Amino acid sequence: MNDYVVEANAVEKTLGRGAGEVHALRGIDLSLRPGELTLLMGPSGSGKTTLLLVLGCMLTPTSGSVTVCGTSISNADKEALAKIRREHVGFVFQSYHLFPTLTATQNVQLALDIRGEHGKRAAQKSREALAMVGLEQKMDSLPGGLSGGEQQRVAIARALVANPSVVLADEPTGALDGNNGQSIMRILADTAHGRERAVLVVTHDPRVIPYADRIIEIEDGLIVQERPGETDRPRMPKAVPFRA
Amino acid sequence: MSLVLTLASRNLFHDRLRFVATMVGIVFSVVLVMVQMGLFLGFGRMVTTMIDHASADLWILPKGAKCFEDPSLIDVKLRDRVATMDGVSSAVPLVIGFSDWRLESGELTPVFIVGADLRDGSLQPFNVVDGNVQALTQGANVAVDRSYFDRLGISGVGSTAEIRGRKVRVVAVTDGIRSFATTPYVFVDLKNARNYTGTPRDRASSVLVRLKSDADREKALSEIRAQAGDAEVLTSDDFRSRSRSFWLFGTGAGAALFAGALLGVIVGTVIVAQTLYSSTKDHLNEFATLRAMGSSNGYIYTVIIYQALINAVIGFAIAAGIGSIVVQMTAKSALPIVVTPWLMAALFALTVVMCVASGIGAIIRVVRIDPATVFMR
Repeated sequence: MNDYVVEANAVEKTLGRGAGEVHALRGIDLSLRPGELTLLMGPSGSGKTTLLLVLGCMLTPTSGSVTVCGTSISNADKEALAKIRREHVGFVFQSYHLFPTLTATQNVQLALDIRGEHGKRAAQKSREALAMVGLEQKMDSLPGGLSGGEQQRVAIARALVANPSVVLADEPTGALDGNNGQSIMRILADTAHGRERAVLVVTHDPRVIPYADRIIEIEDGLIVQERPGETDRPRMPKAVPFRA
Repeated sequence: MSLVLTLASRNLFHDRLRFVATMVGIVFSVVLVMVQMGLFLGFGRMVTTMIDHASADLWILPKGAKCFEDPSLIDVKLRDRVATMDGVSSAVPLVIGFSDWRLESGELTPVFIVGADLRDGSLQPFNVVDGNVQALTQGANVAVDRSYFDRLGISGVGSTAEIRGRKVRVVAVTDGIRSFATTPYVFVDLKNARNYTGTPRDRASSVLVRLKSDADREKALSEIRAQAGDAEVLTSDDFRSRSRSFWLFGTGAGAALFAGALLGVIVGTVIVAQTLYSSTKDHLNEFATLRAMGSSNGYIYTVIIYQALINAVIGFAIAAGIGSIVVQMTAKSALPIVVTPWLMAALFALTVVMCVASGIGAIIRVVRIDPATVFMR
């Protein structure tokens, strides 16, 4: 048994039909390991968001295989995909996607509520998750009363509170200034290294490169380069061979 | 409060204008249905009030008589045959019919005469608030309801007027015996009733039969039916049911009330469906986020159903308050709106069903959500 939490083999994904058909992914091999922060970089239209959606169990591959924590998603229906996401995946979105009418604590608690964890214990876990991202003083604030960086930290707490095996972050620093962006990346790096989670960050932002253990570049639906990051942590062995 | 309920309530209360519009729709709908069904019940009670207050186990009626006010007549000799049968305690003829009441001012107004022998097993004035019912047997005396004082031009016990040119005196006053046809009931004794309605001595409108307490009811009913000839014998329950059925459905009055109630349900459902759908559409991004986080469709349906239930509970509470005011206001009217605990329970159930059914459109919209959209925004 290997230690990968996400494994994608020869993944192809075709979007649209007929004249509008687009081969968004053209044979992707990629694995994500616990304790590693991986950056997925590439120009617009390169297929990185499609890859994120496939790895995040929101799309199934047209061909090839994807397993998340040992469960194949190839033939899963929508509810089965939702179950895999619920049990194993945490998401961080560029636009935060917090619920504007719920407090920070309630936003985080939602991630537990949909898993069937309710009551005081869930509220306590949510407060602990907010404290972990440095928001002890903002637990009862509504998202409208928080800065962009604080909102993103709430979103990270929401993604982490249920202890997912893998965290997928889509441009988490895209809407933030330099300081807030660094703060968010530090939390994500701590999540990978301190909590032994697999973290995949899709980004355009070169400022996040210093936090990466591994950098994967994608173009036209293909991985064109995979290289170690620039952290001074001991490198883990390469998950997959370079594929041009 | 559970988080899903919190989310549902915040979704609803976030847009106050839309919430108010929803409440107006629900309250309008529920009050309309309550009034229509309350009128239905009130009408149903009013048309059987005489049957309800008659002390009779069986009614011998002209064949095919549709209601208490049916003007057909039967042979009164039937009463003598029935009175001597086994199991019969009493058999009392009843004479009813329209007549003219002349006020002291000379003005004429129609009245409905109810005349019976004031013995056991009969129909006497009820809810008496003044005077003496036994005085009806002494001369040309009458009992009337106080709600008709103005119409009849009288002021209470001791007042006088004329019926069919014969002078009468009020000796008893009742409260709440109102006619749905707005023609005042006037209680008199049997002999006077014949005079006032022009009913021959060998005829009667019906015969009220009381059975002995130890009588075999089925056997007695069957034996009386065998003797009835052209007349018809009904139990009080059967006569009540037939009378109600005639006035409510034979005349179309009940259908009109039901149509009004149905209209209320349709209007309410459409308004709630529209506001719930637009609320859901406004929160699609949040529902997509929930879906992206891995929530089941069931969880999202629960949020929408809770929204519908909150609408139902608050809307019903407001409607019930308004309805109780309407009920009080009509209590003394010609046609009071009657709201029973069962009607309230049924209305609450209807409100819940209406609101939950209204959520179907929203649920269908949510089912089509693609969670991947949260990555595109």
